[in-house]
Amino acid sequence: MSTNDVLLTMRDVRIDGFSDDRWHHIIKGVDVTLKRGEILGFIGESGAGKSTLGLAAMGFVRPGCKFVGGSIEFAGMDLLNLSSAELRRLHGSRIAYVAQSAAASFNPAHRLLDQTIESTVAHGIADLETAKQDAIELYRDLQLPDPENIGQRYPHQVSGGQLQRVMTAMAMSSRPDLIIFDEPTTALDVTTQVEVLTSMRTIVEKYNTAAIYITHDLAVVAQMADNIKVLRYGETIEDAPTREMISSPKAAYTQSLWAVRALEKPPQTSIDTILEINQVHASYGKSIKVLDDISIKVPRGQTLAVVGESGSGKSTAARVITGLLPPLEGQIIFNGERLPSALKNRSKKQLQAVQMIYQMADTAMNPRHTIRDIIGRPLNFYLGLVGAAQDQRIMELLRLIELDESFLDRYPDELSGGQKQRICIARALAAEPELIICDEVTSALDQIVQEGILKLLLRLQKELGITYIFITHDIATVRAIADQVVVMFQGQVVEQGGKDEIFTAPYPAYTELLLSSVPEMDPDWLTQLQQQRALIE
Amino acid sequence: MLQTKINHRVFIHVHPVLTTIIQRLGLGLLTLFVVTVIIFSSIEFLPGDFGQAVLGQAALPETVEAFRRELGLDRPPVERYFMWAGNVLTGDLGTSFSGRDASGVDRSRDVWQLIQPRLANTLFLASMAALVAVPLSLALGITAALYRNSIYDRVVNATTLTTISFPEFFVGYILILIFATYFKVFPSLANISDSTPLLEKIYRSTLPAFALTLVIVAHMMRMTRAAIINLLASPYIEMAQLKGASKAKVILHHALPNAWAPIVNVIAFNLAYLVVGVVVVEVVFVYPGLGQLMVDAVSSRDIPVVQACALIFAGTYILLNLFADVISIITNPRLLHPR
Repeated sequence: MSTNDVLLTMRDVRIDGFSDDRWHHIIKGVDVTLKRGEILGFIGESGAGKSTLGLAAMGFVRPGCKFVGGSIEFAGMDLLNLSSAELRRLHGSRIAYVAQSAAASFNPAHRLLDQTIESTVAHGIADLETAKQDAIELYRDLQLPDPENIGQRYPHQVSGGQLQRVMTAMAMSSRPDLIIFDEPTTALDVTTQVEVLTSMRTIVEKYNTAAIYITHDLAVVAQMADNIKVLRYGETIEDAPTREMISSPKAAYTQSLWAVRALEKPPQTSIDTILEINQVHASYGKSIKVLDDISIKVPRGQTLAVVGESGSGKSTAARVITGLLPPLEGQIIFNGERLPSALKNRSKKQLQAVQMIYQMADTAMNPRHTIRDIIGRPLNFYLGLVGAAQDQRIMELLRLIELDESFLDRYPDELSGGQKQRICIARALAAEPELIICDEVTSALDQIVQEGILKLLLRLQKELGITYIFITHDIATVRAIADQVVVMFQGQVVEQGGKDEIFTAPYPAYTELLLSSVPEMDPDWLTQLQQQRALIE
Repeated sequence: MLQTKINHRVFIHVHPVLTTIIQRLGLGLLTLFVVTVIIFSSIEFLPGDFGQAVLGQAALPETVEAFRRELGLDRPPVERYFMWAGNVLTGDLGTSFSGRDASGVDRSRDVWQLIQPRLANTLFLASMAALVAVPLSLALGITAALYRNSIYDRVVNATTLTTISFPEFFVGYILILIFATYFKVFPSLANISDSTPLLEKIYRSTLPAFALTLVIVAHMMRMTRAAIINLLASPYIEMAQLKGASKAKVILHHALPNAWAPIVNVIAFNLAYLVVGVVVVEVVFVYPGLGQLMVDAVSSRDIPVVQACALIFAGTYILLNLFADVISIITNPRLLHPR
């Protein structure tokens, strides 16, 4: 392969970012080489600098960041020495960007088609009519429904998965040499993710476009990339072709990333039921039914995982159990006695027995309260603890969640994401509940941090005998912690049973779709899945 | 997500713009009713009435009493209010108290006749100021956002803040001092009438319009700038930059269409101020506007005139705010094109 085939060369790139009144090194000397038509995956946890590095490949840094060293050469041009007008000519013509959240990255005020062809027309690559016709072809290639007319819609009128595909069409419209995909499927459900991944991969292959694919999901990058670069704290940990990286990761950090997926809990059985949901119907407002006749049994001292996509009603089920949303029909039986359906009719003891942990630990804590206030409040409210007794209990709880007294007088802002979630766990434990509902508690966290939280929850269950209802869309998490599994789809329970039972064939159609959509580490997984599904159709 | 679905169902038959207009008009009528009740009763609570104000302290109680009976002021306030309100509903604003005196000579005029030329003058001055101030503040706000934190931005901000910080009468007198006294370009008194030709009207009204412009530009300009800059951190703005859009295009094509709602609200507020709140400027330039008329009517307890002015002022606020709401909906595709 001659050097002419090299499209992008980044040498010793260094980027600083300004925060907390000083400059920090964000990217600390990273090299990247990308050939035409090749896909390179960047993988790492949040804060690894993968997005920053991806944007740097466009010669772009976000406000508050600056290049401090190195060189970036794209198709013979030194990007760091181009004027901003020259860079603008490259952006949206020869280098395109696909952002993480399509919903936020489309301008709400303009129609999809106009946004798709905006830069193609503005850069004079094609005239308006040609660009429009081409965009419709791209929509068709990307398997969007009604490709002729979908462009006339506004961003809020189509689904997240469709938006993400339209954004790929937008990037492809100018037939760029390079596309930066910045976590394009992270915000999507697994079943949608598969479709979007497939269509993205197909179109990139069709036009032989080089791409940088940024993600924190190993299994996803394994499907997309030819080569993988593992990043941590702005440095390269490991570079290797995909198959080699998957089969024999060398660096210890890479191995630890791989290991997270291996966490698994042997399921247990229990005869005693702590909570029973009986034929519950619920809705918001008058007309839309969110829960349609669901019945669930929660075994005592175990973990019941509720799995489903967004909109399947799993969080609503949690709201019904806690009494935040009184059901239209049906009953909730806790320890053999019927719970009043509305929160305000429940006794303090009933409230105390069921606690909740939320997905966004950030927003679930009052930012003006110290950790002492946050954990102390339920201690005081439910148990009447004050003063030294309260302090002592807070200390015990902090030790239980593997933090120490230095956290007592800190504010949530001063904690990392994983630490915040631990505080939320401690707050739930403070009430000494019998049942904790965990609503997507790990989905906002990095894999390694996730593992820590899951292990903590398992240990607490073992020591304290707490029952969990664990709401999640992540199958790997279910494997890691569940005993019983409930699969939900469009407000109904599709399947319910022991973990082994659920994860063993034969499955109901939806469970099958859900399970088969979870990306596996095998680089051939997506190809095989495509073939299988094509056969079925 | 769920919320939009619910809204969708509600709006299946009636377009949201229409429902909003109907709702706001209904609320507006209610507001008008409340406003007139408040104005009417607060004048009732003022010491003295029209009879006393006209006849003076020295008048005999019997004279005052007879005069009041003639005006209908002896009837209970509630009855008087509803009589007045009933007449207004049939389009009759009533007859002014002034022009009559104790001798029985009646030269009183229809309230509408009294108000109409004044209202025309007020609207003329307001339009003149608005035609200059609105485009100017939009242009200043957009360019300030475009070149934010530059010297230009700072100068524009400092200047408009300075002009808004001075009281209106001070701005007015300074303008008179500069443009009528030192350089004799414009007249210091803006006395116009129906018979004044248009160009002459514009010429004479330049200084008051200029004063009003200086007073309202800062508010609108700063809101325009802030609304746009607020959006500049949005992912879709970064996306536009990464698509190679120029700075001007990012601001005008990508940020501005999403920024109209707050801007239009501030514009409506300021336009309403131009109609309703300009008494001070009218006094400084001796401009025969509606504000001046209302102040005079209040001091002479001429209730029909006060009520009519209050109706017009409140109506102006309601209509302009309705207008702002409609623009906000039209510029928001989520509301204009429900899922």
